[in-house]
Amino acid sequence: MLLAEKNSLTEEIERLVEKYGSNRSSLLPVLQDIQRNHRYISEHAQQEIARVLDIHPVEVYSVISFYSFLNTKPKGRNIVRLCRTITCDLAGKDSIVKAVERELGIKFGETTKDKRITLEFANCLGMCDQGPAMLVNYKVYTKLTPEKAVEILNELK
Amino acid sequence: MTITKTKRTGSVIFSEYKSGESIKKALSLKRDDILFEMRTSKLKGRGGAGFPTATKWMLAAASISKEKFVICNADEGEPGTFKDRVLLLEYPELVMDGMVVAGYTIGAEKGIIYLRGEYEYMIQSLEDYLENMRRENLLGNNILQTGFNFDVSIRMGSGAYVCGEETALIESLEGQRGEARNKPPYPVNTGFLGRPTIVNNVETLCAVSHIVVKGGEWFKTYGTDKSTGSKLFSISGDCKYPGVYELPWGTSINELLDKVGASHTKAVQVGGASGICLSKNEFDRKLSFEDVPTGGSIMIFNETRDMIKILKNYMEFFVEESCGQCTPCRIGNKKLLEGVKMIEEGTITYSYLKSLRELGHTMQVASKCGLGQSSPNSFISITEKFKDEIFRYGNGGNNGK
Ligand SMILES: Cc1cc2nc3c(=O)[nH]c(=O)nc-3n(C[C@H](O)[C@H](O)[C@H](O)COP(=O)(O)O)c2cc1C
Ligand code: SF4
Ligand code: FES
Repeated sequence: MLLAEKNSLTEEIERLVEKYGSNRSSLLPVLQDIQRNHRYISEHAQQEIARVLDIHPVEVYSVISFYSFLNTKPKGRNIVRLCRTITCDLAGKDSIVKAVERELGIKFGETTKDKRITLEFANCLGMCDQGPAMLVNYKVYTKLTPEKAVEILNELK
Repeated sequence: MTITKTKRTGSVIFSEYKSGESIKKALSLKRDDILFEMRTSKLKGRGGAGFPTATKWMLAAASISKEKFVICNADEGEPGTFKDRVLLLEYPELVMDGMVVAGYTIGAEKGIIYLRGEYEYMIQSLEDYLENMRRENLLGNNILQTGFNFDVSIRMGSGAYVCGEETALIESLEGQRGEARNKPPYPVNTGFLGRPTIVNNVETLCAVSHIVVKGGEWFKTYGTDKSTGSKLFSISGDCKYPGVYELPWGTSINELLDKVGASHTKAVQVGGASGICLSKNEFDRKLSFEDVPTGGSIMIFNETRDMIKILKNYMEFFVEESCGQCTPCRIGNKKLLEGVKMIEEGTITYSYLKSLRELGHTMQVASKCGLGQSSPNSFISITEKFKDEIFRYGNGGNNGK
């Protein structure tokens, strides 16, 4: 990482800590914002967050590893989370999986080569009356058909 | 996004309500009067556990501390539940006003909504709503010139079902892994940052808003003796009209199936993956704390569905979502999932199945929190009630039945 990038990340973290407060209970909001802005929480970011909040970097890592929406490795620019829980499953989740995997040439759990899309499964998204459902970044899409799902993904930059 | 706002009707939660109404009324009453109405209403928590709300609030009100907290549990992660989504999007006034009333009653100045990460798309509309309340002096300093201060902030989860458990939720708010705490101490004494804290479900707070305005006696006229008021049910699966319904407690499964246009129903899962599965001969049972209690998740399965496949989906969910802190839950759920896979492969013996059910009973008593205590429920109920489906996978040979 370039020095300038490192410094700007440090500045960003310091700004966030100023916004949320410098106590331990600010950890999750800070991590969530870094995750949102950079799509992952790098080792350097973890160290800086630990330093600014005065906790051990291992603690930061341990918290990140607990939450499925936080990650320490870079992912795609868009994260797609398809619900795999039972009512979406019965409503045709598998056909969405097949169509999307074929279209993108990757499996769930993987990222496209051009880093455009990461495919993941999620547990119940609270849209069970309108399944199959998926989240694309923070937007929710419901009543998917294989064709509709592929169209939505094709439009992602 | 496909959020359509339909006009909903219902006897209690969806009954008429003007925003700010319960705050105005509450602030004109003494704290004890509000607690009295709450006790009269016999409202029980809608988050699943069914703890009497008045008792929780009285304990928190009686705790002496310079700081207290009101937490709205909007982590809604139980498979098949989505009523809180509807309340937060369509009825924020009921939720927020309920929080202010709670703060006034227990003597708290801070409220926190813990919103599941999956609902991040709601944040803007909720923040806008709170800002509007501040403008109307229903939130902030010196609310309605009464000297009472209260404000609400929103905190997000990050994709962990167990964080809906109230002590795991508090751990998460404190910047920790969302691992459940030992109880006691209870949050009403030692909660967020060690301060007295009440954690209430979204729907519970909505009920509070109505009770304050219309009275505990009014609330009690709905439902049954031990299950007062109404309940929101999240209905999904094999039926014509899935969605959120407000029904009186005491409604039978049959009545509910009729209402939502379900036919050829084989099984109804009540209470989500951690709830129990009912088979046909139990459809006259009633949804209520006395008979079949539930946080409101109802999943309907018709005769074409494979119960073993359904059970496998539930067990995969629990293996993934167990926080791994205690052995009965961490290992137990894996064993149960392996058992379901053995059923699928046709390699399970009936004596092993029996020992797995016993393991389930051990998990129910030995697990540290509600996740591990309830995750064996569906394994036990489905393997007991749908024995012929286990047989159909080739288990047990010719004499197996
Ligand atoms: C694994 C687990 C998940 C839970 N998830 C939720 C939830 O999403 N929402 C909720 O209100 N309660 C949930 N609860 C119950 C809470 O611990 C707590 O009982 C509830 O928030 C209290 O509010 P109430 O008394 O208003 O129901 C969960 C419990 C467990 C064990
Ligand atoms: S029962 Fe499960 S979720 Fe609860 S504390 Fe134990 S391991 Fe964690
Ligand atoms: S089961 Fe997919 S949203 Fe609930």
